Amino acid sequence: MLNAVRLYMRYLEISVRGQMQYRASFVMLSIGHLLATGVEFVAILVLFARFDNLQGWTLHEVAFLYGMVNVSFSIADAAARGFDLFGNMVKSGEFDRLLTRPRSTALQLAGQELTLRRVGRFAQGFAVMAWASFAMDVSWSATDVALLIGTVAGGVCIFIGLVVLQATLAFWTTETLEIMNTVTYGGVETTQYPLAIYRPWFQRLFTFGVPLGCVSYFPALAILGKPDPLGSPLWFQYAAPLIGVMFLLVALRAWRFGERHYLSTGS
Amino acid sequence: MTSYWAVVSARFRELLQYRAAAVAGMGTQLFWGLIRVMIFEAFYRSSVARHPMEIDEVTTYVWLGQAFLALLPWNLDLSLRNQIRTGGVGYELIRPVDLYAYWFSRSLAWRTAPTLLRAPLLIVFAFIIMGMHTPASWGSAGAFIIAMAGAVLLSAALSTLFNITILWTLSADGMLGLAPAVVTTLSGMIVPIPLYPDWAQTILNFLPFRGLVDVPFRLYLGHIPPGELPMLLAHQLVWTIAIVIVGRWALSRGLRRVIIQGG
Repeated sequence: MLNAVRLYMRYLEISVRGQMQYRASFVMLSIGHLLATGVEFVAILVLFARFDNLQGWTLHEVAFLYGMVNVSFSIADAAARGFDLFGNMVKSGEFDRLLTRPRSTALQLAGQELTLRRVGRFAQGFAVMAWASFAMDVSWSATDVALLIGTVAGGVCIFIGLVVLQATLAFWTTETLEIMNTVTYGGVETTQYPLAIYRPWFQRLFTFGVPLGCVSYFPALAILGKPDPLGSPLWFQYAAPLIGVMFLLVALRAWRFGERHYLSTGS
Repeated sequence: MTSYWAVVSARFRELLQYRAAAVAGMGTQLFWGLIRVMIFEAFYRSSVARHPMEIDEVTTYVWLGQAFLALLPWNLDLSLRNQIRTGGVGYELIRPVDLYAYWFSRSLAWRTAPTLLRAPLLIVFAFIIMGMHTPASWGSAGAFIIAMAGAVLLSAALSTLFNITILWTLSADGMLGLAPAVVTTLSGMIVPIPLYPDWAQTILNFLPFRGLVDVPFRLYLGHIPPGELPMLLAHQLVWTIAIVIVGRWALSRGLRRVIIQGG
């Protein structure tokens, strides 16, 4: 286990050093990414200027939720890039090389690349979250901070889990299916706003199916000290991020199952 | 002229091969549209004040947006990028056609083919299960169709201009990230322009982007009366011509400094 962590760190070091060879390009892409993802927040600002509240949620509260989700997503997006590339590796037969090495394939794929320019979305989400919590004057207790870190970690787990599941499908289809992107990007869009505003079937989808609500809406209620119109108990709001970790474990299970059914395309 | 038509029809047939992708894309857009509609519904439920657009209008607006999403100039012609990077663009230069008009035709086909594939099915769905409304009147329907034609030309001109920037940047990554963000925000795709603050509306009404989304969609809704069509059409056309002129100039400047990559 320790050895795996050390190897993963080594992988990341190499990836980072590689990207730093093109420093100017890295800076420009990061700034571009920051601007491109920043306009999503403009929509929220515009809507709140017009409507001033969203079913009892203020601009700052929604901004906090938005920041939290985007921070989680950006970290996962940077870390799980290897699984995005996986479809091409299957097609070209290059994946066989990974199978011959005495380490798990999931570890090797995760270590493929840490996409640093995702720092654009991260910075943007973090800034919005910080701005919102200053404006609301959130009194940060130690438990709140722990819950926030746990929530972001849980969110990262779910988003990585989704990418792993998408890649797993490629064991059978060879082609990476874009269908999971709908859930991933759609999930980011959805959970930027409080879950309670959606229709009941949609709330259930993002609580029990793709449990992104558990790493955004529910813990945010506990941090912000808001009552829940959906009636979730307080202990659940604290425990919800753990569901994210479970989701990732299940996804990795599915990955190992898919791996055993892998048929190489190579010649 | 005939050679341009050939490009358009070839592109059309090429894109029509990817029917499965069109179906998958449609699923995504239905999902996406549904999220947007629910968010707008929630905002409207939270306030009793009267707003510049009714929720029914916004719903129809969102579905129109999803149906005609592919029409927006928000992605680049990646095969063109590869040509520029690999030096294949040299072949483009020896074709006996006007290069700008050729690239413009390509953009035109690139914008219209996927839209014609997706829009009809999506609109049918939106009518049956998603609560989309028919145009306000026959006059609105006619004005909408004419304004859509203007939007297509404007979109093709913008796409061509974006593509030409690759001559400078070589890598299209920056443009690929920024173009969709800028276009969807300024055109009223994400939030309808009447819902913006007044000072922002003044700016957005001047810029070319509203001609892509805001103008045709609000004509459809009758939110803008059909009588205003001539003025709005002029707005679209003047901008289209201006962008074509800038594009032509940028292309000739760009080609002067183009280096054919590769040996």
